[in-house]
Amino acid sequence: MSTHQTYYVPAQSKWPIIATLALLITVYGLGSWFNDLKADRAESNGPLIFFIGALLIAYMMFGWFGAVVKESRAGLYSPQMDRSFRWGMSWFIFSEVMFFSAFFGALFYIRFWVGPWLDGDGAKGVSAMLWPDFEYSWPLLNNPDPKLYPAPEGVIGAWGLPLINTILLVTSSFTLTWAHHGLKKNNRKQTKIGLAITLVLGAIFLVLQAEEYIHAYTELGLTLGSGIYGATFFMLTGFHGAHVTMGVIMLTVMLVRILRGHFNAEHHFGFEGASWYWHFVDVVWIGLFVFVYVL
Amino acid sequence: MSAVIDDHGHAGHDHHHGPAKGLSRWLLTTNHKDIGSMYLWFSFCAFLLGGSFAMVIRAELFQPGLQIVQPEFFNQMTTMHGLVMVFGAVMPAFVGLANWMIPLMIGAPDMALPRMNNFSFWLLPAAFGLLVSTLFMEGGGPNFGWTFYAPLSTTYAPESVTFFIFAIHLMGISSIMGAINVVATVLNLRAPGMTLMKMPLFVWTWLITAFLLIAVMPVLAGVVTMMLMDIHFGTSFFSAAGGGDPVLFQHVFWFFGHPEVYIMILPAFGAVSSIIPAFSRKPLFGYTSMVYATGAIAFLSFIVWAHHMFVVGIPLVGELFFMYATMLIAVPTGVKVFNWVSTMWRGSLTFEAPMLFAVAFVILFSIGGFSGLMLAIAPADFQYHDTYFVVAHFHYVLVPGAIFGIFASAYYWLPKWTGHMYDETLAKLHFWLSFIGMNLAFFPMHFVGLAGMPRRIPDYNLQFADFNMVSSIGAFMFGATQLLFLFIVIKCIRGGEPAAAKPWDGAEGLEWSVPSPAPYHTFQVPPDMNDVHEHRKGTGGELTP
Repeated sequence: MSTHQTYYVPAQSKWPIIATLALLITVYGLGSWFNDLKADRAESNGPLIFFIGALLIAYMMFGWFGAVVKESRAGLYSPQMDRSFRWGMSWFIFSEVMFFSAFFGALFYIRFWVGPWLDGDGAKGVSAMLWPDFEYSWPLLNNPDPKLYPAPEGVIGAWGLPLINTILLVTSSFTLTWAHHGLKKNNRKQTKIGLAITLVLGAIFLVLQAEEYIHAYTELGLTLGSGIYGATFFMLTGFHGAHVTMGVIMLTVMLVRILRGHFNAEHHFGFEGASWYWHFVDVVWIGLFVFVYVL
Repeated sequence: MSAVIDDHGHAGHDHHHGPAKGLSRWLLTTNHKDIGSMYLWFSFCAFLLGGSFAMVIRAELFQPGLQIVQPEFFNQMTTMHGLVMVFGAVMPAFVGLANWMIPLMIGAPDMALPRMNNFSFWLLPAAFGLLVSTLFMEGGGPNFGWTFYAPLSTTYAPESVTFFIFAIHLMGISSIMGAINVVATVLNLRAPGMTLMKMPLFVWTWLITAFLLIAVMPVLAGVVTMMLMDIHFGTSFFSAAGGGDPVLFQHVFWFFGHPEVYIMILPAFGAVSSIIPAFSRKPLFGYTSMVYATGAIAFLSFIVWAHHMFVVGIPLVGELFFMYATMLIAVPTGVKVFNWVSTMWRGSLTFEAPMLFAVAFVILFSIGGFSGLMLAIAPADFQYHDTYFVVAHFHYVLVPGAIFGIFASAYYWLPKWTGHMYDETLAKLHFWLSFIGMNLAFFPMHFVGLAGMPRRIPDYNLQFADFNMVSSIGAFMFGATQLLFLFIVIKCIRGGEPAAAKPWDGAEGLEWSVPSPAPYHTFQVPPDMNDVHEHRKGTGGELTP
């Protein structure tokens, strides 16, 4: 028999069932809330149910990840377990890539086909019969039916805040890698500084993104409801922003763990997983910058 | 080392003993066999629920005219039948089989991420509770077809669509986590010497299925999110008035939807590829080509989606591309059918229930494949589209395809799960009643479809009356027969002739090296495949010694 280690199979755990209940309560609350908003009534306590669900999710995250951290620090995880985590995280990130692909795909489809067709060009240019006056341009500053979907007066230019945000995020990827090198060399001071800078850059990014949204809504009339430009713009940048927020939370946890003396030069997959996620978010932003802002 | 691996006597962690008592065993479990069983039971409940929706549909269609239900409710039934069968019956059944069998087949102690495994399962009852509850909400449940095309599912949808969207999100999370678990298990937990090309085909097909799931479930999440935003936050993804396009919905949906149909059939391919050799007492013919054919089908599944949309108005170039790409799928599928038939060629065949279902699978799935080829022809599809011919086609690939694959697997592995042999006579009866019922139900649909009967309509022209009555009788027969299956399974769990570790003399694979019923924990020490006798030696056509 060759050498082998026992693979760690955890004992019974309450976290999955709590997670299930938490998610169910959250989405039930959200659904009731949204339906109330749409029907202009307030009878189902949607926001409260959602809030309870969200609290439960936070509790579950603390508990479940806490349990994993404890097991890891107790040395229960073999190198094989480490590989399972790596595969798990890699494929999770791949699923996220596919989620963004759906929205990028929608953007490309609209820009390559639907827009020109509505204007009378291309194989399905017959669609122009619907709104004969419609002229397609991108960014879309006039919608086919402006009464239903009032067009924005302007859009966010690429070379202002978005460029600054690009520089911020790209820089943060470098500082994070620098922090990782510190951890591998057992230079924990470098790790702390690198992580802290990364977090600050991420936070500034989010603030600037919020600033951009406020500008779009209050001054440009660029909203979710201002036609397909606003829809794709806010959904792509919005989901990206949500992912940056997740990344900031993950890296904050990593900073806390570093400060508490977790991880060593060889074993630090928690840190690596979080940084993979951060780099993924960064790459998505590059795609956004090119296809949403510049082109 | 002998082929039968002793899984006791290893000093593992202190929790490595039998299952916990009571409800907590099922709520909190991390054991792949418990979770597999829960998946399978859940799937069977969904099968009965989705089946009863189908019974309502067939009862209404028994005669022309409106008899039993109103058209609004009929629409909810067709929608919920599809959703419950696809997401509740077929997919969870295969995840259940994967949970039970993949660790046993590759010599792993459990799934790679056992707690996440439990999470994946329990999300399903939550999601389906939410989905089914929509039927009791004001305005009724989803009524826009299981493909939920916009704007039917956005502008014109009942209010409950919001909960439908979130239910889909929960199912998606469940599927993605389940798939990640399968990939991590297969890539990381194989016993020493269990190389990729020694894996049983069920493991291979599931690995590829898991990849498909991880690739397309997020796209489904994306499309329902767009719906949610269109409904509640004024976006115009699916509204041309804002520069969007309702056809965009169909593109994104079918980018998910087409790989989805292979998600529902590839694991069945894998199971049948274990069962046919076992009862032919010959190794599988063309193992390597089976693996590559599965990969090719998976790849092609990503570039054929618009064949569902030939009549919606896509450019001619698109119609041609998607037509030819779709036809290409017949090549790797043909390889598979050829290999199954060649495996049986000159074998010492016996026809126990698993083999009956597997042989019926090969024949009837091929019929579904051929009608699929007919539908792939874009100009012909202009005639077939949205008729009962389409209904006949996909029921032929899903019922004798996916469902028979699941029945075959269930009978094949029931002795391993329960430690008892099932009642062979009753199982054969179950097969023949299912076989006759299913063909009676779905074969006439080809004829009424070609004659122009539209799908999803509760009333029809008098000329279709006879065939519809036959269909309904067949459907009732098929539906009632599944209660017999429930009886057979319960009988098998409660007792019966004790099963040997390897109850099928032609069967191969590590799962037969552990006792029946499989102990609660297996392969805590991975078996060394270099010691165990050679499993599945490539493309051998020779008889097993």
